[in-house]
Amino acid sequence: MQAKRTALYESHRAAGARLVDFAGWQMPVNYGSQLAEHHAVRRDAGMFDVSHMNQIDLAGPGAADFLRRVFANDVGRMSDGQALYGCLLNENAGVIDDGIVYRVDDSHFRFVLNAATRDKDLAWLRDHAGDFDLELSERDDLAMIAVQGPKARERVHQVLEQELAAAAEGLKRFRFAVAGETWAARTGYTGEDGYELMLPNDDAPGVWSALVEAGVQPAGLGSRDTLRLEAGMALYGHEMDEETTPLEAGLGWTVAWEPEDRDFIGRERLAEQRERGAEVTLTGLLLSGRGIAREQQQVVTDAGDGVVTSGGFSPTLERSIALARVPLGAGAKCEVMIRNRAIEARMVDYPFVRNGKPRIDVATDGDS
Amino acid sequence: MNQVPSELKYTRDHEWVRVDDDGTVTIGITDHAQQELGDLVFVEVPEVGTTFAAGDAAAVVESVKAASDVYAPLSGEVVEANDELADAPETINNDAFGEGWIFRLKIEDGDSMDELMSADEYEEFINSDDD
Repeated sequence: MQAKRTALYESHRAAGARLVDFAGWQMPVNYGSQLAEHHAVRRDAGMFDVSHMNQIDLAGPGAADFLRRVFANDVGRMSDGQALYGCLLNENAGVIDDGIVYRVDDSHFRFVLNAATRDKDLAWLRDHAGDFDLELSERDDLAMIAVQGPKARERVHQVLEQELAAAAEGLKRFRFAVAGETWAARTGYTGEDGYELMLPNDDAPGVWSALVEAGVQPAGLGSRDTLRLEAGMALYGHEMDEETTPLEAGLGWTVAWEPEDRDFIGRERLAEQRERGAEVTLTGLLLSGRGIAREQQQVVTDAGDGVVTSGGFSPTLERSIALARVPLGAGAKCEVMIRNRAIEARMVDYPFVRNGKPRIDVATDGDS
Repeated sequence: MNQVPSELKYTRDHEWVRVDDDGTVTIGITDHAQQELGDLVFVEVPEVGTTFAAGDAAAVVESVKAASDVYAPLSGEVVEANDELADAPETINNDAFGEGWIFRLKIEDGDSMDELMSADEYEEFINSDDD
């Protein structure tokens, strides 16, 4: 099957992007140096084409009740213009996908989900929508650009039309402003401030080049991954999947237990697990020995073995970091098995980096 | 366009081999390989004295994306390794055919270079490799 192209495909080609097939889409992995793109986002402003993500509109008087049934976070707590992160769970409390719900008003929501899980997400939502009065529509006509970094917002304000720029300027985190079909949401996946812009496909190339003009560095999926790892943000298919519950993936905070009578899918099994306590938890790892931790590598702890769910090189810390699923109660000192060698590591709280600043003191670590 | 120096030999694993005056060979990865890998962040070189058969994994280069093995293109004993790469893996990105060399082998008698590609052959190989 031919990989799909976003509205920004020609912009990427013209900028010399290295394009790869990602979840059936031809997406830029970098435009030259992934490290330079990473640093641009931490220090200045970078932008990602994330149009491959699945934008689904939910409209109708039953939309809120439907989301309160399928989404483990509670949209009943939201006000208009607010965004909320959470998970779709199956009956076993395994994660079908994670995503952000945006509330326009009581009967209009948008759900932004992962590209790799598009078909099963849609099937799941349609299967459970039957009892509710709402329409689900995929917004293939919209693109999405994530502009992130300490200078991201001011650069976006220069580019947006005045009315939207003015509304965006006053936004708190996890709020969004709308002008016509263009949305500016103060959300992201990098640990930096910025916006995720949703806009008509036809407008996307013009906005993209205006942002380039304003000094925003195009960045690919490569740096998106190292940025989200430093920010300690879970990635579907890595930190969680249908066999992993939110409690085992460090996402307990996204589950709304109150009100007690809200019967979201997966609640019963998740409540049982919460009652007896999950046996594993997600931790950050900082490697002190030389080497780069990678997904699937074994983590040896004093309480048994764990596994690296995402690992790599942190450009900000200049060290290998990882997220790992480990037995609950394991001591901080551990080892990661890299090519049959045990490399010393210690468990640390994540995020590793937030708003451009390291949150982990690498210097106190016993390296070399 | 990648540069492919004509005085070197090449492997299908995108390594280059230079025959030095003293009969040892120097091995590194090609400019094409470093471009494919992206920014390198870690290099593990073999220890001096280790012997390898042709095709053995001898070194590891890791980019921000992934780890890749570097294979011994010929059988022999490691006589020198580029320890500078431990602190400056990006040297391979900047100068793959020069300062970015990875290790030197004293090759076993009779091990032949016939399996290796010339610069022209390698250039053809990477062009056919691309879609």
